[in-house]
Amino acid sequence: MVASAAVRLFGMWASPAVRRVEWALKLKGIEYEYIEEDLSNKSSSLLEFNPINKQVPVLVHNGHPVVESLVILEYIDETWKDNPMLPVDPLERAKARFWATFVDVKCREESRKAFFMEGEEKEKAIENLQVQLKALDEELEGKKFFSGDHIGYTDLAIGWMAFWLGVAEEAAGFKANYDVKFPNFSRWMKDFLAEPVIKDNLPLREKTVEFFRAFKQLGSCTKRFWESSRRVIVVIPERQRHSWACVGDE
Amino acid sequence: MASEKGVMLLDFWVSPFGQRARIALAEKGVEYEYKEENLRDKSELLLKSNPIHKKIPVLIHDGKPICESLIIVQYIDETWSDKAPLLPSDPYQRAQARFWADFVDKKVFECGGKLWKLKGEEQEAAKKEMIEILQILEAQLGDKKYFGGDIFGFVDVAFVPFTSWFYSYETCANFSVEEVAPKIVQWAKRCMERESVEKTLPDPKRVYEFVCYLKKRFGIE
Repeated sequence: MVASAAVRLFGMWASPAVRRVEWALKLKGIEYEYIEEDLSNKSSSLLEFNPINKQVPVLVHNGHPVVESLVILEYIDETWKDNPMLPVDPLERAKARFWATFVDVKCREESRKAFFMEGEEKEKAIENLQVQLKALDEELEGKKFFSGDHIGYTDLAIGWMAFWLGVAEEAAGFKANYDVKFPNFSRWMKDFLAEPVIKDNLPLREKTVEFFRAFKQLGSCTKRFWESSRRVIVVIPERQRHSWACVGDE
Repeated sequence: MASEKGVMLLDFWVSPFGQRARIALAEKGVEYEYKEENLRDKSELLLKSNPIHKKIPVLIHDGKPICESLIIVQYIDETWSDKAPLLPSDPYQRAQARFWADFVDKKVFECGGKLWKLKGEEQEAAKKEMIEILQILEAQLGDKKYFGGDIFGFVDVAFVPFTSWFYSYETCANFSVEEVAPKIVQWAKRCMERESVEKTLPDPKRVYEFVCYLKKRFGIE
């Protein structure tokens, strides 16, 4: 274990973006202090370290904050150089970043729509998500993981789908049918979740499903949840405010 | 994909995302072939090179495509690393640069689009948002020459193409960037003193003509 008492991570237990950073820290063997945030009552430290987005995760290294989970991943990789997560070759790095951004932006958008919406809009989102899963499935042809024989940056970036997609499906009552339609992707999900660093660092499934089920209920109470691009901001009356009131893109 | 040697850029003249790639290539002194795409009739090469998004810009280097403008700029920086580094060498400074480039990416274009697409209260709300975005960026710039400090860097490349849209934003939404964010305007002028930027960015009046054409096409008054 690399001794690094100067590393702190502000997070929230149900957030996939936070877990992504924890997986990276564990892969590198970096010790860190974890601080659980109540997102309905954010700590002054969080607001000081991330005044722009006011979101988790925030990595604080020697007092200096780094925000946005994919930015944090690259920071971790460049600061602690053992067990590199990104390849060395510029073209391979570009491909890794491409797939990470694709999933972070596009797949997340369609997953959210499939989760929050109903009727035709829900069906359309599931359709779009399946087109995206097909692309991911093809990318995995002949590979155990997106990064090759071992998990790397791309797997950590896409990893939320291995766990949280299933959670979203159960909480919101839809099926993306990847086990039937996308064998490579389905196999990757199992292999990824079986990796020790991942397996030992996931929230409890039932608790997470319950959380997202309640989150969906709250989301349905308002019309404003698509206002902000790339973020889901659930505006709810004061009396109903809860710890998940502002689960944004981080 | 045919393994042709050389660099090609599939692009569209007014795209700020394409301009990022052009500026980065110029800063590095890389020779390349520019191919203007008709976005209403995309070439087979574009569709084959970027099957997922089907968008420009696409950089094709020795037959291999690279997509997404900020990924392209990082690729250019890492491949032609001997000259004009766009990202700093310190990991923390690099993280800061990536954060701010990502901030520009998430905020400026979409909000800017609202300024010319919307009217009335919605446009007013978008204007308030744009002013806030510009002031946040201005605070980040501070009194530095560039966002990268003394060096013209990643965030400068990410943001400067949008400066040729300022005139369109101001005209459509009735406000002045100089009034709300004077340091940003000064920074834009300094960037325009660089050949890479001066030769790449279109005249703001041409951009405005394009916006007017889009408004007509989409039936926006």
